[in-house]
Amino acid sequence: MIKFTVIDRNGERREVEVPEDINLNLMELLKASEYEILATCGGMALCATCRVDVESGLAQLASPQDQELDMLDTLPDAVPESRLACQLRVNEQLEGIVIRIKGDLA
Amino acid sequence: MTTNTIHTDLCIIGAGPVGLFAVFEAGLLKMRCHLVDALPQVGGQLSEIYPHKPIYDIPGFPEVKAQELVDNLMEQIKPFDPGFTLGERVEKLNRLANGIFAVETNDGTIIHCKAVVIAGGLGCFEPRKPEIENLLAFEGKGVSYMVKDPEVYRNKKVVLAGGGDSALDWTIFLANIAKEVTLVHRGDTFRGAPDSAEKVFKLAEMGKINLILSSHLTKVSGNGTLKSVHLINKAKEELTLDGDYLIPLFGLSPKLGPIAEWNLNIDKSAISVNTEDYSTNIDGIYAIGDINTYPGKLKLILSGFHEAALMAQSAFKHVFPDQKLSFKYTTVYGVNSF
Repeated sequence: MIKFTVIDRNGERREVEVPEDINLNLMELLKASEYEILATCGGMALCATCRVDVESGLAQLASPQDQELDMLDTLPDAVPESRLACQLRVNEQLEGIVIRIKGDLA
Repeated sequence: MTTNTIHTDLCIIGAGPVGLFAVFEAGLLKMRCHLVDALPQVGGQLSEIYPHKPIYDIPGFPEVKAQELVDNLMEQIKPFDPGFTLGERVEKLNRLANGIFAVETNDGTIIHCKAVVIAGGLGCFEPRKPEIENLLAFEGKGVSYMVKDPEVYRNKKVVLAGGGDSALDWTIFLANIAKEVTLVHRGDTFRGAPDSAEKVFKLAEMGKINLILSSHLTKVSGNGTLKSVHLINKAKEELTLDGDYLIPLFGLSPKLGPIAEWNLNIDKSAISVNTEDYSTNIDGIYAIGDINTYPGKLKLILSGFHEAALMAQSAFKHVFPDQKLSFKYTTVYGVNSF
């Protein structure tokens, strides 16, 4: 199992536990877990509504591709720890990380 | 602005794959269609964003390139001779006394139709607005999200904000026009085109522009029109800049746009529909494809195709209220063009 921590918009922390072979990206998982995100573009790194800030464990994640960096670059309030959840596969790289949900809701 | 009224049976808002296929399904039932799209070409995301990407989940096509699918759809709907208004954004929707819908674009094109089919995909791409105190109050009074006419800025004090290519490019361009140009970026590096980034750093060194890094906007203020832009830097120091204009350039994000104002039931930026026929809460308005939502919704092209077929069966009653619809297979009856 892969375990990591999600902090929602109200600041509530919850540990999420998922099987290694779940084969989803983090956006899909957050949506399926009823977290409040829009994910308007459905995972194409176009809308940034699935943005999360990685509060712990950033270094262990696969580096962002150009398309994700370009999108993060345009956001007014992104920080160096920001990632797009749709571009992160749910796999062992996520073990122990802490993320905070940030993307726009409108 | 031109005034041009088009008469049709179905007005389809959005000419992506699902909007295009809706023409086919409507055509089988003898309903004429007119498509409107804000983009200058048909195909929606497929043509605009990933024309060369292969798609693997279209039934009957083990692999098809996005643009190829769009071309095939155009071929498939040819017998039904749809009309197109491209490069115009739908702004208004009215219902006339006789029950006819009047769809109006930003360019003044008016489409009269018996039913409206919203196949708008992600919606339209609009400038992303940063969360800054008072920002909305100064829109059009010094704050704008795009540069339409650079001459407006001649001999004015202009503050730009953003770190992408358009922020860099407009900073360079306006450096020669405005009295004073300041670029505010929340980071301390630019990932945009290296040439542009280098040029911006050089202009700053030469004193031609002010470059303020590691800072972000907090507030705008003025007296009727914009006077000041307030910033805060990493060290939490506040700074106030004089500015006649502020141009926040934070990219585009997909929004429902004017459709959100049509009293449709909206759930998380998508239009709620009845899965029996993909009708909305307003009689005669349907929503199909990525723009709709319902329990179990999958944002897939193939789901949109299915939704188009059911929509057409239902829209028939708005177009031909006196006729009884009998379902026919194309294998038996073929495709009869208009």
